[in-house]
Amino acid sequence: MPRTPLAVDSPLEYLAILDEKGEVDSALEPNLSQELLLKLYRFMVLGRRFDERMLQLQRQGRLGTFAPIKGQEASQLGAVAALEPRDWMVPCFRETAAQLWRGTPMESILLYFGGFDEGGRIPEGQKDLPVAIPVASQLLHAVGLAWAAKYRKSDEVAMTFFGDGATSEGDFHEALNFAAVYQTPTVFVCQNNQWAISTPRSKQTRSRTLAQKALAYEMPGLQVDGNDVLAVYTAAKEAVDRARAGGGPTFIECVTYRMAMHTTADDPGRYRSDEEVAEWTRKDPIARVEKYLAAKGMLTPQEMEAVASEADAAIQEAIQRYEEIAKTLGDPLQMFDHHFEEMPVHLLEQREELRRFLETENEEARHA
Amino acid sequence: MPKMTMVQALNMALRQEMEKDDRVIVLGEDVGVDGGVFRVTDGLIDRFGPDRVVDTPLAESAIVGMSIGMAVYGLRPVCEIQFSGFSYLNFHQIECHASRLRHRSQGRWTVPMVLRTPYGGGVRALEHHSESREVFYAHMPGLKMVIPSGPRNARALLVSAIRDPDPVIFFEPKAVYRAFREDVPEEEETLPIGKSLLAREGRHVTLITYGAMVRPVLEAADRLSQTDGIEPEVIDLLTLAPLDDTLLVESAKKTGRVVIVHEAPCSYGPGAELVARLVEKAFYFLEAPVRRVTGFDLIMPLFAREKAYLPNAERIVRAVKETLEAAA
Repeated sequence: MPRTPLAVDSPLEYLAILDEKGEVDSALEPNLSQELLLKLYRFMVLGRRFDERMLQLQRQGRLGTFAPIKGQEASQLGAVAALEPRDWMVPCFRETAAQLWRGTPMESILLYFGGFDEGGRIPEGQKDLPVAIPVASQLLHAVGLAWAAKYRKSDEVAMTFFGDGATSEGDFHEALNFAAVYQTPTVFVCQNNQWAISTPRSKQTRSRTLAQKALAYEMPGLQVDGNDVLAVYTAAKEAVDRARAGGGPTFIECVTYRMAMHTTADDPGRYRSDEEVAEWTRKDPIARVEKYLAAKGMLTPQEMEAVASEADAAIQEAIQRYEEIAKTLGDPLQMFDHHFEEMPVHLLEQREELRRFLETENEEARHA
Repeated sequence: MPKMTMVQALNMALRQEMEKDDRVIVLGEDVGVDGGVFRVTDGLIDRFGPDRVVDTPLAESAIVGMSIGMAVYGLRPVCEIQFSGFSYLNFHQIECHASRLRHRSQGRWTVPMVLRTPYGGGVRALEHHSESREVFYAHMPGLKMVIPSGPRNARALLVSAIRDPDPVIFFEPKAVYRAFREDVPEEEETLPIGKSLLAREGRHVTLITYGAMVRPVLEAADRLSQTDGIEPEVIDLLTLAPLDDTLLVESAKKTGRVVIVHEAPCSYGPGAELVARLVEKAFYFLEAPVRRVTGFDLIMPLFAREKAYLPNAERIVRAVKETLEAAA
């Protein structure tokens, strides 16, 4: 009757490459083209400025509730940049920067959070799922997509995003388990932004890291500095390459910070300190990329200003387009569309009932 | 034509659709090597292999969530939840995703999946193995909800469900699984989803039912005809959602009297919707209040008392007689 240690390997690692001073570990530095580095930088700036502008619009009553991304630009873009267009991206509700990278027009995001179902439309050719609000539920869709890709002997990969709170949900565990059992080409990207609304990471789970949860499912898992776009990209690229080559799923914990509120309906002042936010502000993912690119001679202060003003101009144009499109979307009967391929009789009847009501209401308004 | 039980007929539907279309994948707990606990998927793994008949880990939410992803990709997953009493764990995936993805993506992604699950009492099963909660799914926008009543229509409806471009919840009355045999043609046969069936022609009263209750209703109709000269018309709904009320409204207008039978609990049950439709569309033709013969608003009792819970032919006969005696 022996009592011996179990043969469980622990290959877990922490990966950081670019620190907050902009200094880089040259041994780990990925060999990325200037084009890719500058594109990542442009989307980080665009994501940040679009997010800030959306917050203004929300405060002016021109948008509904949404989830700001401020602080999480590196973990989203570093991960999604490792995908090819033929791969699948399965977001939760805080992936604005990743959505922009994948080709979702800004006006679609504005329409969605402006209250129009039309904003959920995914452009042809873009293999993304729409945002998923119920926490962790979307991870299983990424496993199903990846399973299907494997069944079809395609080399597509499915990447899914979620937060630290999601790791407490049953669907998270079921998804990791299924993905590992079937060795599906799935990349799980956990944006550990420290807070699930008001519940801190330390109260979410007793685990010292989230990455170690991968061990239980016998899949590669690692923790990365989520504010370091080089580290996130490196980890994601390895995971995507492994998945594409038939090596199964990977779990990546990006240690990052949600610098703004959970959603615009939330007041983080109730549960966290200004000092904590200030500390993470020093770790800002965008500032360190600027230092890194400047040191490499790829970015001058003038070019930084140009990137910012180009982003602002694009955002302003998108807002104008959104407001023009929104004006044309007044027909409430649209709500009946896209429930079934063919509209069943009872829905045709209900649609007709609303149509007639609206018609008479309009007539009465004209006579009034 | 071979005579088959419902289990064999469902098996044939799956086998033939899998032969025709390699997008059709069967997945669930024990569906492979074991052939399913009711043997509906018996032998499929030998014919199609473990890549198409997938024995999954024990997790209902994952089975359905993964099916959603497979369906979005373009496959035609047919997942089995071993008992409808365990489908609450996947309810969230159905409500939040399967029923909504077409709308949420404004038509870009669709979820052509089928969720098969046995439901209902009458087989002396364990707790949580006998309930009848079809209304949870029939109430949900974006879903189709189908309940066959016999081997032949089960086979035809399952073929239609697999080919349907939208998510279909397919409840199988397990009391009927091996209760009787019917001729089921080897050739392809489909039934339109969303159409009910005139199971017996009559003129004095309309009985509306579906699933496992079709048999006791037909038995009651025969008794009423033989002993009392009452000729009930019987409608087998087959599809609860989308509910096409054409046939039942026509029949109610003809007979003026209606009795609804289901084993689900009474309050807010399928009968409530049927009564509402009749009141909206046939009120002036009704000569008596519409009666419901249903399960009680109770947790399904353990099997020693399940017979007393389930509507039977005698309860139906009495309700019909009371309806016919009622003054207009």
